Amino acid sequence: MTDHAHSGAGFPGPAAPEPKAAPKTNLFYSEKFRAIIYQIVLIAVVIGLGFYLVSNTLTNLAERGINSGYDFLDVRAGFDIGEGLIEYTNDNTYGRALIVGALNTVKVAFFGIILASIIGVVMGIARLSTNWLVAKFATVYVEVLRNIPLLLHLFFIYALVLNILPRPRDSWNPLPGVFLSNRGLKIPVMAEHPIWMWVILAMLIGAIAAYLFAQWADKKQAETGDRPKTLLPSLGMIFGFGAVVWLLGGAPTAVNAPELRGFNFAGGATLSAEFFALLMGLSIYTSAFIAEIVRSGIQAVSYGQTEAAKAVGLNPGNTLRLVVLPQALRVIIPPITSQYLNLTKNSSLAIAIGYPDLVAVGNTALNQSGQAIEIISIFMIVYLSLSLITSLFMNWYNGRIALSER
Amino acid sequence: MADITSNTGANFVPTEPRPAPAAIRPGPMTWFKENLFNTWYNAILTLVGIWVLASTIPGLIDWFVLNALWEAAPADACREVTGACGAFVYEKWRFILFGTYPFEQQWRPGAAVILFIGLVVLSCFKPMWNRSLLIIWPIGLAACWILLSGGIFGLDHVPNNLWGGLPITLMLAVLGCLIAFPISIFLALGRRSNMPIIKAFCVGYIELIRGVPLITILFMASVMFPLFMPEGVTIDKLLRAQVAIIMFAAAYLAEVVRGGLQAIPKGQYEAADAMGLSYWQSMVFIILPQALKITIPPQVNTFIGMFKDTSLVLIVGIFDLMFTMRGAIQDLEWRNYYKEGFVFVAIIYFVFCYSMSKYSQWLESELHRGHKRL
Repeated sequence: MTDHAHSGAGFPGPAAPEPKAAPKTNLFYSEKFRAIIYQIVLIAVVIGLGFYLVSNTLTNLAERGINSGYDFLDVRAGFDIGEGLIEYTNDNTYGRALIVGALNTVKVAFFGIILASIIGVVMGIARLSTNWLVAKFATVYVEVLRNIPLLLHLFFIYALVLNILPRPRDSWNPLPGVFLSNRGLKIPVMAEHPIWMWVILAMLIGAIAAYLFAQWADKKQAETGDRPKTLLPSLGMIFGFGAVVWLLGGAPTAVNAPELRGFNFAGGATLSAEFFALLMGLSIYTSAFIAEIVRSGIQAVSYGQTEAAKAVGLNPGNTLRLVVLPQALRVIIPPITSQYLNLTKNSSLAIAIGYPDLVAVGNTALNQSGQAIEIISIFMIVYLSLSLITSLFMNWYNGRIALSER
Repeated sequence: MADITSNTGANFVPTEPRPAPAAIRPGPMTWFKENLFNTWYNAILTLVGIWVLASTIPGLIDWFVLNALWEAAPADACREVTGACGAFVYEKWRFILFGTYPFEQQWRPGAAVILFIGLVVLSCFKPMWNRSLLIIWPIGLAACWILLSGGIFGLDHVPNNLWGGLPITLMLAVLGCLIAFPISIFLALGRRSNMPIIKAFCVGYIELIRGVPLITILFMASVMFPLFMPEGVTIDKLLRAQVAIIMFAAAYLAEVVRGGLQAIPKGQYEAADAMGLSYWQSMVFIILPQALKITIPPQVNTFIGMFKDTSLVLIVGIFDLMFTMRGAIQDLEWRNYYKEGFVFVAIIYFVFCYSMSKYSQWLESELHRGHKRL
């Protein structure tokens, strides 16, 4: 070793040895060759194992008289589902039942994500509050909730809903037409009328117009420094468009109010106890994690930014809204995306409290039809696509807010 | 210092030292002013907070202490009190903790749990971080297994369909992560490999498992594994759930390990190559020791997640802590005291998870120390 070190420094080292003849090319010493061998071995093992499992499965299925394949999706399901976004009766097929379940999963995940974000951001900011009481309250909230399993949250909330709220007959009636009982919350809705479709469409167009108006206002602000008032015109566009269409359509006012018939309610719209318990459990549990992400995101923004904002005269609310949060978002978005994915996947715990989500419906279908492999593959495909859609959306959003560096 | 004073000459007359400034001792009023009423909206928040506390805390104390019945008593006695029914806990704690394990033998799961927790606590201390752990752990785990299962040393054999409660929860979580850990290292290395097929296989496995809920994997284990087996071979329910948890944990731990591998500077890889180390030598001696060290805190966090997630096994009918608690509150006599059951189990989960998360925070600062530049 020392010889080599010295020879470089101009010392007359020992005579350099004659270069040896190139070693015999043994294929096994070639990294590329070995890589190919490893991969072939892996493929062989995977195929062999797969073949073994598939042949076992086929034997077992044949023995139990189960036909594999997705034909069972067209068979009459014969079981009822408590709630759903689309029409369903027990005469419909397994396929439709699974779609009802998947839509229920999407529904609870969608509202859960919104609610969890709101609670989480509020709690995350509260943890950094200068108010000692508020900060301590937020700390206790986060530490207690995230250290207890979600399943326990769900059981507890559901048990409270069932035990504390009265039976439908003695339900609480805080507002006319609104009934709260252990079957859930019943509210009156507008009776069906074709014009409501168009009203919703008009409000959507109004929202797009408001968005374009805000873009124009941004441009104006960049040019002149003055920002045109946007709040009232935007609200006007969204609700004004809707109101005009409603008036043009004859201004229907018929209401479909819930009323007590026998042991349960008929009419109106329902927020079921199961949906409520699942939504609250998921959002409260996830909000504790989101609060921690928001807190660390805000702490990652250097304090100089807050001081600079104070120096230019922004009040604390505007400092947070215009200076700190936009910068914190860049740190916050990636971990929050994985929390959204967790919430979506955790919504599968619905089965434990009887909310008919994809897994609960699929489990009933599985017990009836015995098509285990097909139904579990459907679970996996649906959840993988939901995860993919959420990630794509969040990646798009992340790209939009990312710091554009030169 | 001496030179300076000598230069000032003989006329120098030192002045009297000024008295030290009065120490500012903020009294409670200052503290209140600064931390509770520093702005008008904080004042409002504080008042709202005090109102909320004033309206909930006395109720909680009433429920938990003043009006509670904390003694062994029949269920009827609890109807007399408006507060917590501690009698429920006295009556059911052994069932919740140990499930259907034969009653007179329940000292065995109890001893196993204590031994096991002792093992974990012991490995948390820094002086223990050496090869002795490699000897202590197998012995400890074997002792736990013998205590639970029996069959030798004069202990009666207790089949695992009678096990339940806390030992099951701990076993699923700890064995799950212990066995998943080496698998996860291979998956993480595979994911960073430049052999396309191995990489694709590892990426596919990790992303598939991470993309679906644990419940679907548990379902797969409980209804699909039996189909995979050759005729006549059956694996018991507990083992199937354990395999599902290992598969699940391996994917999550692999991502943590990958994070550690990516955090190691490229120079380390190049230096290992320059030394002429083979791939496995450079991984085992250079890269993994550094990568695994920085991933210990996130690994603890993953473990906390797994510990909470083991509660899902109740859906496929394994008698874990959550299952036994549900069983206890379904007893007709005691079913009005579900709150006590939930709170009891919540406290157990909380104590485990909270102490682990505090440990993970301590560990982070402890491990970080070597990296800080002075």
